[in-house]
Amino acid sequence: MSDHPDLTKLIFGRLSWDAIPFHEPILLATFAAVLVGGLVLLGLITKYRLWGYLWHEWFTSIDHKKIGIMYMVLGLVMLLRGFADAIMMRLQQAISFGDNLGYLPPHHYDQVFTAHGVIMIFFVAMPIVTGLMNYIVPLQIGARDVAFPFLNNFSFWMTTSGAVLVMASLFVGEFARTGWLAYPPLSGILASPDVGVDYYIWSLQIAGVGTLLSGVNLLVTIIKMRAPGMKLMQMPVFTWTALCTNVLIIAAFPVLTAVLALLSMDRYLGTHMFTNELGGNAMMYVNLIWIWGHPEVYILILPMFGVFSEVVSTFAGKRLFGYTSMVYATIVITVLSYLVWLHHFFTMGSGASVNSFFGITTMIISIPTGAKIFNWLFTMYRGRIRFELPMMWVVAFMVTFVIGGMTGVLLAVPPADFSLHNSLFLIAHFHNVIIGGVLFGAFAAINFWFPKAFGFRLDPFWGKCSFWLWVVGFYFAFMPLYVLGLMGVTRRISHFEDPSLQIWFQIAAFGAVLIALGIGAMLIQFVVSFLRREQLRDVTGDPWGGRTLEWSTSSPPPAYNFAFTPVVHDGDAWWQMKRLGWQRPLAGFIDIHMPKNTGAGIILAGISTVLGFAMIWQMWLLAALAFVSLLAVAIGHTFNYNREYYIQAADVARVEAARTEQLASHV
Amino acid sequence: MLLVPFRPMSSKVLRGLLLPAVLLLSGCQTVLMSPSGDLAVQQRDIILISLVLMLLIVVPVIGLTLFFAWRYRASNQKATYKPDWDHSTVLELLIWSAPLLIIIALGALTWVSTHKLDPFRPLERISHGREIPAGVKPLEVDVVALDWKWLFIYPEQGIATVNELAAPVDRPIQFKITASTVMNSFFIPSLAGQIYAMPGMETKLHAVINKAGTYEGISANYSGAGFSGMHFKFLGLSEGEFEQWVAKAKDGGALTRESYLQLEKPSENEPVRRYASVVPDLYPAIVNLCVAPGTPCMHETMAKDAARAGKPAGEHDMSHMEHMEH
Repeated sequence: MSDHPDLTKLIFGRLSWDAIPFHEPILLATFAAVLVGGLVLLGLITKYRLWGYLWHEWFTSIDHKKIGIMYMVLGLVMLLRGFADAIMMRLQQAISFGDNLGYLPPHHYDQVFTAHGVIMIFFVAMPIVTGLMNYIVPLQIGARDVAFPFLNNFSFWMTTSGAVLVMASLFVGEFARTGWLAYPPLSGILASPDVGVDYYIWSLQIAGVGTLLSGVNLLVTIIKMRAPGMKLMQMPVFTWTALCTNVLIIAAFPVLTAVLALLSMDRYLGTHMFTNELGGNAMMYVNLIWIWGHPEVYILILPMFGVFSEVVSTFAGKRLFGYTSMVYATIVITVLSYLVWLHHFFTMGSGASVNSFFGITTMIISIPTGAKIFNWLFTMYRGRIRFELPMMWVVAFMVTFVIGGMTGVLLAVPPADFSLHNSLFLIAHFHNVIIGGVLFGAFAAINFWFPKAFGFRLDPFWGKCSFWLWVVGFYFAFMPLYVLGLMGVTRRISHFEDPSLQIWFQIAAFGAVLIALGIGAMLIQFVVSFLRREQLRDVTGDPWGGRTLEWSTSSPPPAYNFAFTPVVHDGDAWWQMKRLGWQRPLAGFIDIHMPKNTGAGIILAGISTVLGFAMIWQMWLLAALAFVSLLAVAIGHTFNYNREYYIQAADVARVEAARTEQLASHV
Repeated sequence: MLLVPFRPMSSKVLRGLLLPAVLLLSGCQTVLMSPSGDLAVQQRDIILISLVLMLLIVVPVIGLTLFFAWRYRASNQKATYKPDWDHSTVLELLIWSAPLLIIIALGALTWVSTHKLDPFRPLERISHGREIPAGVKPLEVDVVALDWKWLFIYPEQGIATVNELAAPVDRPIQFKITASTVMNSFFIPSLAGQIYAMPGMETKLHAVINKAGTYEGISANYSGAGFSGMHFKFLGLSEGEFEQWVAKAKDGGALTRESYLQLEKPSENEPVRRYASVVPDLYPAIVNLCVAPGTPCMHETMAKDAARAGKPAGEHDMSHMEHMEH
């Protein structure tokens, strides 16, 4: 090969054996563990002949429920990776004082905190949010699927493709060492010539396609596919928050795509969008990325506000207090989230009037958010609150989130931010709202809708173990960070001199260990629940005394969701139907028109992964091949006219009869 | 059986709540809560006032959440249960206006304090109740964030130092701040808030130190491999001590363009260095990214571009094409 260096370069680009981290024992051990674990998993799937099942029933499925579940699985798997990064950082900071340099050199540590942020936002929080919306929204609005079912499958696999590239960077090459938003000039070609930033760019670009398309899909679904009679102001609050979230996704993600494209041009083509001395400006990147980045925060939290609304009114056995003001609060937050981005960089010297403007707009967001908190509070007032797991998470959320909200408003005051910007106080703040808001919300949602998705409830004992470990662990892990922030400690430091800081980092590390146990308890909860599924079985389809339409169908719902499309006369449609003594129709079923599974989504995403990998390593030949085949498959798929089928009335009747029998046996 | 026995929960939640209170108390001794520079003191006051304003809402909310959770638990059959009660105009007005009032107060505080404590704005006082004496000029320091150390140039004294900064107590300081390659943030927590150091751009900070002492200075924006070691000592000195400190630098070498280019190369955990003299116009050249011989200065390029853009359209196109041919 050495005779043809150009050919080698054309095929392999920058990739060589040096890219495999043989010299990093931590990575090598991880790689070995992943390899062994992966082989065992593949072996088990082969042994139990599950490939066909997985391919036909899951990977190629365009059923929104299965796609929703796959999103959740992706989010939870990536949570393990993101948390592994977190606990590595906590350990490093707890020991790396004075002469002890810890166990992670900056080269490794800097990748760890970058990967932690990227993974937690893009590949944990986003899949969980999208997964919840995918699963619940069509059921809540009485639809049989989303508006564009194939697109939904494709979106999921594109998100997964991005996650695969991030994971690949662990073992082939390296990840970015820039922080999760990769500000230039640090992320430019001069300061970061390696593949790390390219992994960052391509994984986010590919996953971004999925996110954007899924946003379009869900928005159209909510606008066009609501059950007859369901006016906008009768939609369940979760659907409302999902609507606003998808508006935000559609408006914000193209900005991310554009700014990353500009960064790629700087890196690949030698343009100077962000180079000061050649007419560009690095601050343009900072502005653009936060014009995406701030709405992103609300993309994550709004659906969780919806979850809390559903859970609190269900378990208080009461209508949600102030539905109308809840909806308007959501809309106001949606609009305001575009007017606050500059508060992320008051300290870049924008001037007092600009800083005050963005500081005050930021504070204004706390008014509708505060109104929401009060609405939940007054939903609890004069209710009959059953403290099942989802409700416990809501109470933990309300207490935790107001603390995080308060420190957030504090950071919005520019003179305070000049002292606290980039400090561990900031880190404590956003973990306070993201863990206390998004994750607690996700856990409430998982415990709440799990019986709907799988037909049995989650085990409450292990759920409570997980709850207490998480909540207490959170306070131990992040309250010390507030103190450290006030001690003037900034973020992303891998080694300290001042020994008086150490005790706080040790407390934080202890908190992280509690959270690790909380995650462990949650995994045990899943296993135990599966083993005890007969005792935990939900045959009614409505285990909590629900209020919205998803509880009117069986658990898990049939492929067609509803044998007859429900007709809605009121908010809290299912609650109303139960009150009026609604009877399930037992006859007169008709054929149901449904979309057909297709492998095009996973194939396109697979090729995109190859394309991304080839672009990262500058394997131009492979990149060209991948690009051409991407086009070919995409065009080829348009000639597939065999996309739909009918579920015969007889089959519907059979499924419904089985449910009738099940309901009767229960009573 | 699924119901949670409520007692243990509330006590644990309370314990969870007490923890931050305890932590906050210990937070009072921290550098941001007991700083030594007037600007940082005022910023501390803003933090405390804002916190108190917000606690007016936050404490009742947390209290009510726990109280309602306990009071309206399902097992308490004595409590009123109104499943259809979902609206009250008075309450809704209250829950929108209470946060609104707090935010109006906080917004006013923000507008005024952001202008008053703007780092670009020259100081108006040395500390509470002490005006700046007539005739006192601020000490000028030009700050350059390098990979990964800090260069401080003193135009008035004609010296420069690396990773050590000093200033006389109670004399206003005017920092001009830039960076050589990537973004950093110049931050001395006990002196004043931070401001970014960015290549090709200049930011400013006006501050004053009111107590003699040795303080920590850091970069507060991650800048790459040597970031953790990018800290320096800031010395608050008496006038006499400051003179001695300047004299100490006079033993050092000269900071020329060549030695600057040498110094600019990435290095980690640099010791303190002192330069007895600084070549004229070094700092403007650093800001305009033209220290290396032969590199065009940004401000000149921009002036040329502006001049070209000012020409009539036809001519402009021509010159553009000429440029392309070259």
